[in-house]
Amino acid sequence: MQITIFISTVLLLTLMGYYMGRSRAVKAVNGNVPRLHSLPRHYGYYVAIWCGLPAFVVCFLWLSFETQIINSLILSGLSNVTSDLSSAAIARILSDIKFLAVNASGNSASNPEMVRAAERYNDLHQLGTAGLAISILVVAMLGLLFGRRAVTEKLKARNIVEKAIGYVLLASSIVAILTTIGIVASLLFEAIRFFGMVSFTDFLFGLQWSPQIALREDQVASQGSFGAVPIFAGTMLISFIAMCVAVPVGLMSAIYMSEYATPRVRALGKPVLEILAGVPTVVYGFFAALVVAPTIRNFGDSLGIEVASESALAAGLVMGVMIIPFVSSLSDDVIRAVPQSLRDGSYALGGTKSETVINVVFPAALPGIVGAVMLAVSRAIGETMIVVMAAGLSANLTANPLHAVTTATVQMVTLLVGDQEFDSPKTLAAFALGLVLFCVTLCLNVIALRVVAKYREKYD
Amino acid sequence: MTELKQSMQIAHARLKKRRAAEARFKYFGVAALSFAFLCVATLFTNIISNGYSGFQQTYVEIDITFDEAVIDPSGQRDSAVIHSADYKALIKASMRNKFPDVSKRRELRDLYGFVSSGAIYELRDMVINDPSLIGKTQKIWVMASDEVDMLIKDVFKRSEPESTRPVSNQEISWIEAFEGEKRIEKRFNINFFQAGDSREPEQAGIRGALVGSALTMLVTLALSFPCGVMAAIYLEEFAPKNKFTYLVEVNINNLAAVPSIVFGLLGLAIFLNLFGMPRSAPVAGGVVLALMTLPTIIIASRAALKAVPPSIMEAAIGVGASKMQAVFHHQLPLAMPGILTGTIIGMAQALGETAPLLMIGMVAFIADVPGTPVDPATVLPVQVYLWADSPERAFVEKTSAAIMVLLAFLITMNALAVMLRKKLEKRW
Repeated sequence: MQITIFISTVLLLTLMGYYMGRSRAVKAVNGNVPRLHSLPRHYGYYVAIWCGLPAFVVCFLWLSFETQIINSLILSGLSNVTSDLSSAAIARILSDIKFLAVNASGNSASNPEMVRAAERYNDLHQLGTAGLAISILVVAMLGLLFGRRAVTEKLKARNIVEKAIGYVLLASSIVAILTTIGIVASLLFEAIRFFGMVSFTDFLFGLQWSPQIALREDQVASQGSFGAVPIFAGTMLISFIAMCVAVPVGLMSAIYMSEYATPRVRALGKPVLEILAGVPTVVYGFFAALVVAPTIRNFGDSLGIEVASESALAAGLVMGVMIIPFVSSLSDDVIRAVPQSLRDGSYALGGTKSETVINVVFPAALPGIVGAVMLAVSRAIGETMIVVMAAGLSANLTANPLHAVTTATVQMVTLLVGDQEFDSPKTLAAFALGLVLFCVTLCLNVIALRVVAKYREKYD
Repeated sequence: MTELKQSMQIAHARLKKRRAAEARFKYFGVAALSFAFLCVATLFTNIISNGYSGFQQTYVEIDITFDEAVIDPSGQRDSAVIHSADYKALIKASMRNKFPDVSKRRELRDLYGFVSSGAIYELRDMVINDPSLIGKTQKIWVMASDEVDMLIKDVFKRSEPESTRPVSNQEISWIEAFEGEKRIEKRFNINFFQAGDSREPEQAGIRGALVGSALTMLVTLALSFPCGVMAAIYLEEFAPKNKFTYLVEVNINNLAAVPSIVFGLLGLAIFLNLFGMPRSAPVAGGVVLALMTLPTIIIASRAALKAVPPSIMEAAIGVGASKMQAVFHHQLPLAMPGILTGTIIGMAQALGETAPLLMIGMVAFIADVPGTPVDPATVLPVQVYLWADSPERAFVEKTSAAIMVLLAFLITMNALAVMLRKKLEKRW
């Protein structure tokens, strides 16, 4: 592992820088430490920052772009690579070259040009690694020397170090923004490529979804069709079933826990709901596929109703169970935020507890509960593993919960797991679905958070 | 007088109705809560009842003759020859000896499939470790095949008619022959924790997935903990109240609610395709999960930092500390229990996460145990997903057993978080 060696070398140099800076500061005032502007260790930090930070930045940039630089260099040297080759073909050539490069003694039957390219790849890779090693060392040493020279009695080391730390803190908080930008950019970029191949209206309003593209051009349906309406309908059907379970159960348990339950029941109920929230979704998916779906099918058989083995009902029910704790904990917060005085007023007029809850607490908490339900819906739409394991793959446009339907997340997983070609609409369709998913959940979340925040202010 | 009586009656009737409504409402609440309890109970009993037998494995004792003619015909004890010898033939010979009256081709195939196909590696390792075995006959315990295992564990019922049972009557007669000699037994399935993935249920283990999970979590922790804590410190203590800060805050809240699969798309498009990170590797998975857990850690850390009373900061600044010193020397250490609690909860979420890892290719079949974060690997929840898709009945118990291991880790982590909160957190 060369990278580990680089990083540990830089870390070692940084540590060295710390001690050098410290001792130099003490020496600069002949051991009379109080004469220094800052504490000796601040001078140490100062030199360490000069030594380590630039080296890490170089290392990081290199690692981020090494592959692309080498790939483009290799490709520019190949005669059979022309601009009209698809990106999949280029990726195949590259992986062939890399395979040859690793198995240097490989078969002699392969194209001599490829062998040369593989050698070139090895050379470039070694050159790159050596270059990185040297540049990191040089940058670290230069930083070390510069930092060490700058250490004097008057140097305001603490202020500078604190400023640098301030920037590091700022950079950390920008990571969150970069993540969002990365998500939006990657989704938009691939989705725009997709909409270059399939028209936007066909995607949003088309009724036929069959992304499998035939191998030969002249086969039937060689184009594939990307009408996403059945997928959206399936997603909504499953989410609706989930909500039918989660909202009543979650809401009633929240009301019971905050209004009726004795402390002992509360102490028992909260952890149970938390367990429900902590179970990984893949476990729910396994449960849905193995237990719930067959049970529903057998039950349907005994009544003489035909139920698909991957019915929307099974996936929806289990998803609903998964979302119960989400609804209940959010509505619990909201219900507890309703001031006691409102309840007392109702009791004083002779209202029973249930009348108080229904006529006073619930209306007062309604905006918050609506927000909670919206957050839960967005959770249901984006849930993946349960539907991947328990819902169907074929896109049927139906509202019958006993039939198999598919969802956006299921399609994204099936389109992207396995071999990928980044220039076929089949793969890119997943990103278009992802974009729709992201936009819908984002809207739901923004509105819900607004509603909840507004509501909280009202009684604060 | 009668009017009063009448209105009293009406009032009584109404009161009765109201009380009934009250009781009904209360029962709805009880029913809702019991439903949640029931779900937890069903889920756990189902997983445990399916999975506990996954920690056991059936072994049979067979007499193996280490025939020199098969293992080392030239007699030179060349390790390469010994390594590539046909150990399957030894097992076949042993089984034929034991049941000499089996002659039909189909039946022979069943007979040879009685012990696990992994047994040959066991034999090979034995011979390599001790070449003096060659020529001797020994009693050796080897793993039984998954079908025999399922029958011994009563998953396949002997009482069922042969047509619906995957194990034939003849195979049952062989099992009974072994049982009569007490040469078949269930043992603790150590292989489950020592082996990587396999297509054969009896040989499949979770070692590879466990190591993959550990490596992924290591990468996630190394990235998200420092980054999250620093971001929280910045936003809580140093950020100016301006539009940019507001944007960051809104952003973090929204990121917390982005569906996890979208993070997978991000990882695929940016980290794999743009930055060229290795596919299926824990390093890519770790980075994606780190971005996913970041909002959780930031939100928890901010709450913990906020809970430290401002008087402590003011006292530090009052005796001459800079703001940076006051934060890092006083506020941060005092907030650490809360931060760690949030981090553990975030890591527990990341440990159970599956969907984004499917997107970046951690779903491939990988039999080897990964050594470094750049090797292809899979993680525990993805292993559960892979096994759940396998058609063999024996994988159901493996899946449930793997889920039990996963849940054990999650429960331990959450319990640790609760303990930490109770033990270390100060109430000011």
